[in-house]
Amino acid sequence: MSTTTSTVMAGGAVPPAATVVPRGQVTQLRVLHSEWIKMRSLRSTFYTLIAAVVALIGLGALFSAFTASHWAHMNAHERADFQPGMTSLRGFFLAQLAVGVLGVLMVSGEYATGMIRASLSAVPGRLPVLWAKAALYAAVTWVLMTAGAIVAFLVGQATMSSQHIGTSLSDPGVPRQVMGVGLYLTVVGLLGVAIGALIRNTAGGIASVFGLLLVVPVLAEALPASWADHVNQWLPSNAGQSLISLHREAHTLAPWTGFAVFCLYAVVALAAAAVLLKRRDA
Amino acid sequence: MIEAHALTKRYGERAAVTELSFTVRPGAVTGFLGPNGAGKSTTMRMILGLDAPTSGRVSVNGKRYAQHRAPLHEVGAMLEARAIHTGRSAYNHLLALAATTGIPRRRVDEVIDIVGLREVARKRAGGFSLGMGQRLGIASALLGDPATLVLDEPVNGLDPEGILWIRNLLKDLAAEGRTVLLSSHLMSEMALTAEHLIVIGRGRLMADTSVAEFVRAAAGTSVRVRTDEADQLRQALAGPDVTVRSTEREVLDVTGLSSDRIGRIAADRGIALAELTPQQASLEEAFMEMTRDAVEYQSPAREREGQPA
Repeated sequence: MSTTTSTVMAGGAVPPAATVVPRGQVTQLRVLHSEWIKMRSLRSTFYTLIAAVVALIGLGALFSAFTASHWAHMNAHERADFQPGMTSLRGFFLAQLAVGVLGVLMVSGEYATGMIRASLSAVPGRLPVLWAKAALYAAVTWVLMTAGAIVAFLVGQATMSSQHIGTSLSDPGVPRQVMGVGLYLTVVGLLGVAIGALIRNTAGGIASVFGLLLVVPVLAEALPASWADHVNQWLPSNAGQSLISLHREAHTLAPWTGFAVFCLYAVVALAAAAVLLKRRDA
Repeated sequence: MIEAHALTKRYGERAAVTELSFTVRPGAVTGFLGPNGAGKSTTMRMILGLDAPTSGRVSVNGKRYAQHRAPLHEVGAMLEARAIHTGRSAYNHLLALAATTGIPRRRVDEVIDIVGLREVARKRAGGFSLGMGQRLGIASALLGDPATLVLDEPVNGLDPEGILWIRNLLKDLAAEGRTVLLSSHLMSEMALTAEHLIVIGRGRLMADTSVAEFVRAAAGTSVRVRTDEADQLRQALAGPDVTVRSTEREVLDVTGLSSDRIGRIAADRGIALAELTPQQASLEEAFMEMTRDAVEYQSPAREREGQPA
């Protein structure tokens, strides 16, 4: 920087505004644009999203190929349990880690680096920043994960078609299952953003998201059966994943009811984040 | 114009800022001075609506900061240079801030040139030196061509060339009629940059005055006298409010009498003077004098001198 610097120095202080700066107001749309610039200008965003898509497609293809090659050796019980759609979409379980982490980082990354003070002094109303982050991340996640799920499904079914055990998008419930992956992951991302804004710390936020999505359902297994049957279906990830299972099992919510419950968790978390964002010192 | 009225901030039991009232006027560089932990940064965060005051209020250009529809055009702020995501380039950082009020790209390029970061603008800010971080902070403050600038410790980490540059920049901005508030714990820097001073210690206002007035009032003015007849002169000058110190045999440092008066007394007694020089205390000395009291509570001596508490 030395050359540029000394050129500037030599001339003394430069007049601060050679061009007339338009005095625009802060709008939700402009904040959305600002958040878009922030999102696309971080390499970590790009890598994490790629990782999620690779996990979604790669694992689906792997499970499908594995099943196809072992089909001849599988017993009747295993064949009865087999769900071709789910096998090709199984990668969503790993993809949710990447999506959840990036959701938390969307907000906690700004607290960790101090960027949040610049963001909130540019937008002192504060809430537009949260809404923009949530909306933008939801849109990006939905587009990428829905596309990823469709590719994973098609690749998986093509692999399994050698054994004639595949399914197709024209079979009942299958389109809902495939689209469900994109929708589920989108809400996981929203939960991540909300929890990131609530906890304001990357490690704590990530731990909370995975505690909620992965650990709580496992802990709930320890409940007495009479309770577990009632409680477990309402837990966030169980409710949300009802949308992805093809057949409704006992003690699970109907697909769209379950997804609505999952969305409600995200809405409540975002509302709490909004209230605290307004109240707390930055 | 920044106006604070009885601004108070408590964190639990600890008061960071207590009943702070001051006005920062346009057209001059105002220095915000205080030892570390005096409440400077807290006050600046309250000006920008990042921290909510426990009581009292502060307005910028007539409104609370958060009520401005285009805050970047009202106030340019640099609070801690590292208010930037380390993974993002300087250019994209500024572009994202600019987008919030629709500031065009060419203005982003312009401020990058003003602060001299052109060559590193596309590099990740995480690799910036302290001085480059400060320049980036100043660039974001200038982005909206604001009428008011609030800068927290802007010269920290700058090399002498950089310090000279920012000193001139701030003076030019003030000369254009803008309001400039900069905090520092470097008194010597303030003496060269600021015209007006707001001094706080332990979160309370200690002085709101011009730099010249501050120096005169806080440390008093001594007069250096050199004469062969030092002992006779010392006796002649003796009085209730007069202190005479001597470091060399023929030199006296007199406080409590003007140089005119000392000259007259010496002439009356027929004492020949080789030197008679009014000594200005430096801002550094004046500041240390004042903050010593902030640390040790108010001393009776200070009240007698008529200093604001």
